[in-house]
Amino acid sequence: MAAFTLPDAAVSEIDRTIARYPERQAAMLPVLWVVQREKGWISADAMAWVADRLGCSAATVQSVVTFYTMFDDRPVGKWKLQVCRTLSCELMGARAVIDRIRERLGIEAGETTEDGRFTLQEVECLASCGTGPMLQCNFRFYENLTPERMDALLDDLAAREPVPDEVEPVIYERPDLEAYRAMFPASMTRERTGGAEVEAQ
Amino acid sequence: MSAPKILMRRGLDHPGESHRLETYERAGGYQAVRKALDMSPEAVLDEVKKSGLRGRGGAGFPTGTKWSFIPRDSDKPRYLICNSDESEPGTFKDRWLLENDPHLVLEGMMIAALAVDSRLMFNYFRGEFTFPLERWRRAVDEAYAKGYLGKGVFGSDRDLDVVTHYGAGAYIAGEETGMIESLEGKKAHPRNKPPFPAVEGLFRSPTLINNTETLAAVPWIIENGGDAYAQYGTEKSRGTKLWSCSGPIGRPGVYELEMGHDLMEFLEGDLGGLLEGVTLKGIIPGGSSVPVLTPEECRGAKLDYEGLRERGSLVGSGGFIVIGDNVSAADCLLNLAHFYAHESCGQCTPCREGCGWIEQLVDRILTGRGTQADIERILRLSDQMVGKTICALADALAWPAVAFIKKYPEDFAALCAEPVDREALRAAVGRHDHILPRAS
Repeated sequence: MAAFTLPDAAVSEIDRTIARYPERQAAMLPVLWVVQREKGWISADAMAWVADRLGCSAATVQSVVTFYTMFDDRPVGKWKLQVCRTLSCELMGARAVIDRIRERLGIEAGETTEDGRFTLQEVECLASCGTGPMLQCNFRFYENLTPERMDALLDDLAAREPVPDEVEPVIYERPDLEAYRAMFPASMTRERTGGAEVEAQ
Repeated sequence: MSAPKILMRRGLDHPGESHRLETYERAGGYQAVRKALDMSPEAVLDEVKKSGLRGRGGAGFPTGTKWSFIPRDSDKPRYLICNSDESEPGTFKDRWLLENDPHLVLEGMMIAALAVDSRLMFNYFRGEFTFPLERWRRAVDEAYAKGYLGKGVFGSDRDLDVVTHYGAGAYIAGEETGMIESLEGKKAHPRNKPPFPAVEGLFRSPTLINNTETLAAVPWIIENGGDAYAQYGTEKSRGTKLWSCSGPIGRPGVYELEMGHDLMEFLEGDLGGLLEGVTLKGIIPGGSSVPVLTPEECRGAKLDYEGLRERGSLVGSGGFIVIGDNVSAADCLLNLAHFYAHESCGQCTPCREGCGWIEQLVDRILTGRGTQADIERILRLSDQMVGKTICALADALAWPAVAFIKKYPEDFAALCAEPVDREALRAAVGRHDHILPRAS
């Protein structure tokens, strides 16, 4: 446990956070966020450190880290692409966007590229349903995506490093009818069954 | 029908600057809380009761009644939580409010805190809301700098503080007792009720939890009076509601409508109808947890609590998802079953197992391996889920499951590996019809 350290500024940020709550453990989520921001992910040593700080057991911290999907208990890529797969986005072509990322990066959902630059995750509704398909990349939303826009975005991300205060959403213009037609799930079903038509009575 | 814009007025009138304190005050902001400071808590509560405002997060419980449950004689602190964990699929109205009018939400929280005599307020954001969170934090800083928060707010003898809290990705943290657990630094496992949060909530103290949109309606009510608010809408559904609209439509987005607005008029008017080449298959009017409506059911339907209930659906969170005929109802159900299976917190067996089983059964049907027995199994499973768990997450999948099968039986039957006995399937649906919400 002695091995785990945080910069002084982060530690004092954590102490200030804890002081705002009537009980120490209530600061669990914000404290874990600071740890993840500083280290990129939350290791077992980090969990033990947090437990000590909050006066609870390491198992409690671990139960929280593994319950919430945004916490990573293993290293992830510099750019974490979290693509919404829930209904509104899927109706507008989220699958086409996810497929483009998979093809371009050669990874499946849940995986990280070998160079450690990109992690791809399929996530649930991110409250951008009117501008789907969309994804969250680190802390920024990109909305009204198409496979072509995804290409350009991946090129851009591949060429630069993350900036921490990049949070304002990038909302592209709404795709035109042709673009939608190209990525609409003509039938999500036919795709899944490989075109197998079942005899109806 | 032109909407009164109780909630979206400032945001629409001052694009790009509506989130700033200066804009908010220039447009009349923070007058309602000053007024509330001169009123007794009972008088504030009375106006909210008179307004007929109901919870906009999903359950539609009368707001004034909820406030009145907070005991006045308790020697414990009382807490207020604003539920900004907006995660119901199809819903993005609270995000709009937090990004465009954070001071409106803050002022609503302040008034609610005065009414229940709370000194410490929390705003719980979903973890993904980084940008709304940034806007909110700036608003809170501005309010502290002006003396609107902190010691002796607005020059009064009242102290009022706010803690900005944020989650880390868990739909169930939006359930009010799940949110309390989460705020206490634990897994967001909903609690058994009673005790209700009003009696024993956050840190075992009386706690009021309201949705962001609900609280955002409060300043207008205090400024103009509960009676003025109650004049909007219908007899049982007062005021206005935000609708988050998505799917293959002309103009998706957030709209504020007076309760009782005609559904099809809304679809064909404000929303610009469906995109060219797409025909209407159905509409989920209130977020993914409520039953889908067929085009026939949509015709003549009114967008309010009773109107949608009469059609067998619910207002829910107002997540208005339009579905085109290019997709199968079975696809929609699989998508949602995956969502609920993933988001089930795992405490209750009917939910933990039921959501997963439904997902697997729909997947089997969609991949051409399913049978009629599988469709009927989904119906029976749904029956075993509704009303049998600590919170309503299981119901929130059982309802759409039964509704999709009942309303689009052909979509499921056509995918089965063997011919389906349509008559027997209809009978099976009939046996499970009681699961769906109905007119009260």
